[in-house]
Amino acid sequence: MKPDFSRRRMLTGLMAGAGVAMLAGCDSMTQSTQFGALLRNTEKLTMSSQRFLLGRQPLAREYSVADLSPVFRANGTQSPDSEEYAHLLEHGFVDWRLQVDGLVQQPLSLSLADLKRLPSRTQITRHDCVEGWSAIGQWQGVHLGRILDIARLKPGARYVVFHCADELEKTFDGSGRYYESIDLLDAYHPQTILAYAMNGKNLPVAHGAPLRLRVERQLGYKHAKYLMRIEVVSAFDTLWGGRGGYWEDRGYEWYAGI
Amino acid sequence: MKNFQAKRWRVAPADGADQRLFIRRHSAVVRMTHWINVLCLSILFLSGLQILNAHPRLYWGEYGADADQAFIAIGSQKHGDGLHGFLRVGALRIETTGVLGASREGDVITARAFPAWLTIPSYHDLGAGRNWHFLFAWLLVINGSVYLMHGFLRGHIRRDLLPNRDQLTLRHLWQEVVDHARLHFAKGSAARRYNALQKITYLLVALVLLPLMVLTGLTMSPGLDAAFPFLPDLFGGRASARTLHFITASSLVLFVVVHVLMVVLSGFWNNVRSMISGSYAIDHSGDAS
Repeated sequence: MKPDFSRRRMLTGLMAGAGVAMLAGCDSMTQSTQFGALLRNTEKLTMSSQRFLLGRQPLAREYSVADLSPVFRANGTQSPDSEEYAHLLEHGFVDWRLQVDGLVQQPLSLSLADLKRLPSRTQITRHDCVEGWSAIGQWQGVHLGRILDIARLKPGARYVVFHCADELEKTFDGSGRYYESIDLLDAYHPQTILAYAMNGKNLPVAHGAPLRLRVERQLGYKHAKYLMRIEVVSAFDTLWGGRGGYWEDRGYEWYAGI
Repeated sequence: MKNFQAKRWRVAPADGADQRLFIRRHSAVVRMTHWINVLCLSILFLSGLQILNAHPRLYWGEYGADADQAFIAIGSQKHGDGLHGFLRVGALRIETTGVLGASREGDVITARAFPAWLTIPSYHDLGAGRNWHFLFAWLLVINGSVYLMHGFLRGHIRRDLLPNRDQLTLRHLWQEVVDHARLHFAKGSAARRYNALQKITYLLVALVLLPLMVLTGLTMSPGLDAAFPFLPDLFGGRASARTLHFITASSLVLFVVVHVLMVVLSGFWNNVRSMISGSYAIDHSGDAS
């Protein structure tokens, strides 16, 4: 058989062209509205499969004191840069109050002492950052579900939004303020706690003093630090960027189980 | 012995120069899944490097972060004459400015582990890199499942990939190593089946490396670790699984390099055609059988 050289030239061109086009095209595809939406929609497939597998609400692994990371890396804000926070810190957070409002029957304003009087849970878990590093730490705090029960959810409640004291990005409109959100399934998980202690001591400033969220089974950026206010909502699309969190508004997935 | 079915004979010219038999080498499922796999692995590799760029340090154990000992790390340091990139493996430190650690992004030398031309997207965007990675990971898993189901149910793996008894003698294997080293490729009836080194390599890729890629990837998910606590145990912890993910990916890159080299050396067009249309030419000139 006489090889068909024109077809071979075309194929070579096609293969080389596909390679170059792929690399060059990926940037513009990332920024295109339609393909960007397709890329983001994988999250729904991932979330529904994980929710199916996590149907019986298994616990994240808990470790022993011997497994603790010698140094637990502090990420994101190391210390909120506001006069209000500086004042709270200076007085040992005695003036700090956690506001609980939104779709609740009984809005709350809880002091650190109030929280510490409630039954607590202590857990040693692995913290997985979206960047790829992990650290094992011990956390003590109150069940988020317990707080929500005290406040009594109103019908229509679907998400719990965490408003934080830190601004990770300085902006004029305040959109650089850290916030996060989780749904009620994660909010009522037995390991989802509002932690006020880490490795047996009061929560250090770099790790979110006086109170941070622990939502094991999701990546680090979901574990909001420097909690000021918990808001129960039916939807979060009108909040800041509308994607349910500081990093979500900047391109990370809302469901961070992977 | 007769593995691939003969498709049709070509009439040999009188001088006997072109005595080629065309056989049907690859089934439609194998051809389709092969090219989808090429696309998936390319994108997974390049977006994977974008993700690795976020923390280019590899550890062993349950955890690992900046204060912990990393046995492979890519980084950069500022010197008087600018940014210098390095790769550190154990105690060995190699200067890699321009490629690893510090490389050109637009007009400036930037601190980034892997260079812009090896990442998707080319600029730093961990969120977008993860989106690409997970979309094509799903496609890889679906495509791989189709391939494996077809391979096991329709006998492709048993018939074409499991080495035959006569191929597994030490003498035969040694002969294949020598033939490969001399770039002597099978002709005639011997080209009707894969050689044993090929079979072992393909089995290793399809049944060990790619499944390992998926499993170590899933082990990095905190959600799946809660659902399947045996996953981190299987690989010695989450940080180890992440390291194995990288090592397995590197093994696949090595496979692809050798694979493409062999495709080129053993008859590029014949090989490419057989993976597109399925038909593969066997040269019977000077073949007694």
